[in-house]
Amino acid sequence: MVTHAHADHARPGCGSYLATPETARLLRLRLGAAIAVQELPYGEILDLGGVRLSLHPSGHIRGAAQVRLEHRGEVWVVTGDVKTAPDPTCLPYEPVRGHGLVLESTFGLPVFRWPEPAAVVAELLDWWRGNAAEGRTSLLFAYALGKAQRILAALPAGAGPIFLHPALEAPTAAYRAEGVRLAPARRLAAAGARGDLASALVLAPPSAAAAPGPGRSPAARAFASGWMQLRGMRRRRALDRGFVLSDHADWPGLLAVVRQSGAERVLLVHGSAPELARFLQELGLRAEAAPQEAAGEEDEVWP
Amino acid sequence: MKRFASLVAALDRCRRTREQVAALADYFRDAPPEEAAWAACLLLGRRPRPAVPTSRLRRFAAAAAGIPEWLFAACYERVGDLAETITLLLPEGRGLEGVPLHAWLEERLPALRGLEEEAQRECVLEAWRGLDRTARLVWIKFVTGGFRVGVAQGKLVRALARVSGLEEARLASRLAGGLHPTDAAWRRLLQPGGDEHDDPGRPLPFCLAHPLDRPLEALGDPDRWRVEWKWDGVRAQIVRRGAEALLWSRGGEVLNAAFPEIAAAAMRLPGGTVLDGELLAFRAGRPLGFERLQRRLGRRDPGPRLLAEIPAVWMGYDLLARDGTDLRDHPLDARRAGLEELLQAAGDPRLALSPLLAVAGWGELRRLRDEARRRGAEGLLLKRRDAPYAMGRRRGIWYKWKADPFRVDAVLTYARRGHGLRAGLFTDYTFSVWDGGELVPFARAYSGLDAAEIRSVDRFVRRNARERFGPVRAVRPELVCEIAFEDIRRSARHKSGVAVRFPRIVRLRPDKKAAEADTVAALRALLKEKETAPWNEPPSATS
Repeated sequence: MVTHAHADHARPGCGSYLATPETARLLRLRLGAAIAVQELPYGEILDLGGVRLSLHPSGHIRGAAQVRLEHRGEVWVVTGDVKTAPDPTCLPYEPVRGHGLVLESTFGLPVFRWPEPAAVVAELLDWWRGNAAEGRTSLLFAYALGKAQRILAALPAGAGPIFLHPALEAPTAAYRAEGVRLAPARRLAAAGARGDLASALVLAPPSAAAAPGPGRSPAARAFASGWMQLRGMRRRRALDRGFVLSDHADWPGLLAVVRQSGAERVLLVHGSAPELARFLQELGLRAEAAPQEAAGEEDEVWP
Repeated sequence: MKRFASLVAALDRCRRTREQVAALADYFRDAPPEEAAWAACLLLGRRPRPAVPTSRLRRFAAAAAGIPEWLFAACYERVGDLAETITLLLPEGRGLEGVPLHAWLEERLPALRGLEEEAQRECVLEAWRGLDRTARLVWIKFVTGGFRVGVAQGKLVRALARVSGLEEARLASRLAGGLHPTDAAWRRLLQPGGDEHDDPGRPLPFCLAHPLDRPLEALGDPDRWRVEWKWDGVRAQIVRRGAEALLWSRGGEVLNAAFPEIAAAAMRLPGGTVLDGELLAFRAGRPLGFERLQRRLGRRDPGPRLLAEIPAVWMGYDLLARDGTDLRDHPLDARRAGLEELLQAAGDPRLALSPLLAVAGWGELRRLRDEARRRGAEGLLLKRRDAPYAMGRRRGIWYKWKADPFRVDAVLTYARRGHGLRAGLFTDYTFSVWDGGELVPFARAYSGLDAAEIRSVDRFVRRNARERFGPVRAVRPELVCEIAFEDIRRSARHKSGVAVRFPRIVRLRPDKKAAEADTVAALRALLKEKETAPWNEPPSATS
């Protein structure tokens, strides 16, 4: 069962996969057309050996699903990566009630409170305009799948020329093929003389920052990520700007997911799981960091 | 407050010098003198005194954010900056506060300092409500005494030159003695006109040595250079004028109160003299080490006991002005000759002459450098004989060639997350050496690794954390690093019995096993060698 098509979840090598149809299409793109995928649309119920399984939008990226499992009247919900903020490229997070909840808590501290996405996009446009006025390329790092398309969807058509790093071409085409409205963008390879890029916004994956190519040019550099909430993260990468735009739930969002689920037991995975667990315990819930966290501390979620 | 906070945010956002200078110029064009003076002082490194203990601020903030104190602590650990943590946790303020920067620093914060906890809480909460996010961050850093947003003086000077139309050199010279955060001082700084307006009691911009970045042979004939020990003290200019002699540090502080005996000795110099040199704790012909000097630095008006326990000398390097005439354009040899005459005439042992080392060839220089530590010096200074006294750090005039630091191999045993630029990453390390079968901590080091190495050690810490003590992780003792440090001394406060100065990581030693790391006995041997090394008079002084 694959909740969504990000590389750390969509691993190769399984005999068969279960996913939403949207995720299935992205999986084939990532893992090859030959993989065996059983598609389960949102809301439909699949009986697996007496367990009723259904998938529900988690709002993380296109196709991302929460998994609802019901067995003899007991319901558990596994959120997968989850986002409660609005995103025009995917269905909004759907609250699902259950007795137990397995919640992704990457940003499980109250310092993580996202600003309004519309305000962030306005800041981004200002930054781009300012750079363009100086004849400087705006290089914006964003995760290739999900974040980049969310940004393209939010940019007004006619804001200026947009170019895509090669890593962003396939997922962007896949989103377009499904009818998601995105601002027009050209392949970076199609940029001719340097002048083409002078007023352009170039979207690139975070890994490109270290690679030669646009990452090394004197362009203005920015990163769109929830981690940009922390100054240290931004300064460490020698970025000109950080835009706080996350595909994960912030602290109020996480608390809302817990509340809306009605769950009495909560298992937390990723990020500040021990801290969020303790906070929920003090609210009277049975909460703990999922055992997988005990082995060590995971790496910072960072490209 | 808002205007200054916006400047701080702009400086934080801009990476390029040109942009930073532009942001500074924009700010200083608009700011009234009484505010601008404070802003410049702050950017040049002046720290407001803490007004509220941080433990209180944390309590106020946790309560205002409606979270328990343990959760506040967890947030702080993750963010790595107290003011930023508080700013992120509080709801957005009204941004209506109109108190100007200088009113906060001169009146409100000092008043806040004297209040009881309850009254402080009210004032702090009121301020937080009124300030917007950017201003709040800066304000909290004022209140904790942790404001450290600075700019290089050169950038500030460029921006002020742009705003005022004055030459950069003139501004730098006027700033050399430090700046007072007053309207009057600001007007004096930016006043048009020539030197007649400049206060001659101020020091001149210091000439700084550039690290030796080329083979010695590339410097040409050894005879073109003067060589001195690089003393490990505090650089200080003596400005002797009228009825006073002022002892100025590079930071623009007057050190007369901490070194009254040197200031008194300096009165023996004729008026109109400016000398450059170094303050040292010194006894029996030998420097006592920087940590002793630090005890003198920290004490205003030291009593006779301290003066006897830690005597100081001022070691003369250079002559910048004589009889009121600026000699900085004269060649070093001529200045040196004048310096020797003046110090000889003064005839006070507390005003010493930094000896010139006779060097027949570059090979001999290498040997001297190896000897530097045992003689209580940090290394060597090379000064070109025909060069003027330059302003700032310039290549080709003065070079510093530091002695190799002490080095040991040690095992990483504890780690915690860093602050500021390194917030979130495990970059604050404790290193241990063996004492019998036990690893004993001996140094904490933060610097020396590049970004890729920091990430790899961060990963190592996460994977090998055995225990959590709050924010500190005890790490499986497997990673060996080569640690360098500048000095070593006895310490009763450290379990290893020694304390080291400026420890940093030279390199990771993945090729070494923990068992191969150094021992406490090896550290003691370094200490013993240093303490018992014979002190001879430095090699013959030439002049």
